[in-house]
Amino acid sequence: MRLIDENGLRIDGRKVDELRPIRIEAGVLKRADGSAYVEWGKNKVIAAVYGPRECHPRHLQDPSKALVQCRYNMIAFSVMERKRPGPDRRSVEISKIIAEALEYVIFTEYFPRTSIDVYIEILQANAGTRCAGLTAASVALADAGVPMKDLVPAVAVGKVDNQVVLDLTKEEDNHGQADLPMAIIPRTGEVLLMQMDGHMTVEEFNKAIDLGYKACEKIYQLQKDALRRRYAVEEIETFEEAQHPQTAMEE
Amino acid sequence: MARSVMSEIKKDHIHRLLARGKRVDGRNWDEFREITIQTNFTETAEGSARVKLGNTDVLVGVKMETGIPFPDTPDKGVLATNAELIPLASPTFEPGPPDENAIELARVVDRGIRESEMIDLDALCIVPNEEVWICFVDIYVLDYDGNLFDASFLGAVAALKSTIVPASRYGKGEDFKLPIRCLPMSVTAVQIENSILVDPTLDEEKVAAARLTVTTDENGDIRAMQKGLKGSLTVDQIKKIIETSQRLGKELRKLVG
Repeated sequence: MRLIDENGLRIDGRKVDELRPIRIEAGVLKRADGSAYVEWGKNKVIAAVYGPRECHPRHLQDPSKALVQCRYNMIAFSVMERKRPGPDRRSVEISKIIAEALEYVIFTEYFPRTSIDVYIEILQANAGTRCAGLTAASVALADAGVPMKDLVPAVAVGKVDNQVVLDLTKEEDNHGQADLPMAIIPRTGEVLLMQMDGHMTVEEFNKAIDLGYKACEKIYQLQKDALRRRYAVEEIETFEEAQHPQTAMEE
Repeated sequence: MARSVMSEIKKDHIHRLLARGKRVDGRNWDEFREITIQTNFTETAEGSARVKLGNTDVLVGVKMETGIPFPDTPDKGVLATNAELIPLASPTFEPGPPDENAIELARVVDRGIRESEMIDLDALCIVPNEEVWICFVDIYVLDYDGNLFDASFLGAVAALKSTIVPASRYGKGEDFKLPIRCLPMSVTAVQIENSILVDPTLDEEKVAAARLTVTTDENGDIRAMQKGLKGSLTVDQIKKIIETSQRLGKELRKLVG
């Protein structure tokens, strides 16, 4: 199966260094302290944050800092073959690495004995859900007002038809040669999440990292834009309007 | 659901307004919150619907698989309904297997669909005794602000109505629309100090003494009921809720079309 054509274009028409369309929305849920919705190609992901709040179970409480807990979950109809509800080994592992990545950027020492709970639900999956989930989760944390060093953009780079390719789709992931999800702190360039499976030379890896960093910068902008849209306050034009917003509106 | 505390001030507020025949959000006693239904929300599902009922937000999806029929219904398809109160939706929802609230929700939705014979299960038989279609209805609550019963039921009906059975994927001929016979509708009301309120918000549910869900079909006949919470209802109150369910069910049905 050919995944990249002679013009260097992929099945969905993207170039090898091109992201799928990404839409991020902050503050989409009423009950959660913070939330975000991400559409990333055919991925649909929603993330919610509760806390800092009382830590349960209590024996996990840390007197010096907050505990960051994460639950990554795929809903039953998010994939073609129905997934049995409940955690499996894959989702437990992903939950763990996302929690660890987020813990590093959160100023956990401000909230001793508490828990900051991050919930990520994959509503529709098409490869790259952990990256979309982490991207959404960090926007949800910001929406919840949790103090952080930075937002955390994440993206997967891979290898398809012997080429290093950015942001794999399901098809590319299934038939590809390598998958390398990564997340960074844009301000410092530190790597917060990195996994890899498949087969890559060191040169290919270096190229992949380079693609990943550039993509993360773009995703970082989209994250910030989403928060600005959520919290932007419309400027009041004149003193008159500020004094009588009602009458100004009626006019 | 873990502890769900509510301030006395808020409770008093609801009670005081109710004494004057008013609700906190200004609705009439028999008025639903604003409803939006978005079908085909999830492409990976055979049918799906996201329902917003005020601030309550529910996503329902349908997956179809082939499998073995139950021994007592060898020539009928199988309906399996499941609900997840995921912790994303409320500070009181906890991770883990479905608790009693999730199970009650799934069973009440299931009963309304099953007893109204909404799905033609006979048409979902492939080979009697051997192979039938299994229809999984999965309900996910995304944001919890009361009345999960009606939001979930509306979502289930809308999702089923939009479902295409993926027969070609299973080598069972051409895809076909899930055979639907009728559109049942559920209406839930609570009793607070002998007032009846339709489509309760979370705060109203918290102060409510009793809850009743009535599922009716297109003829206005009753197909399923569920009384909940610790208080009681009078027969007159039950009759009033049934009459309301028939009346409002007609309006809700138009939303699913």
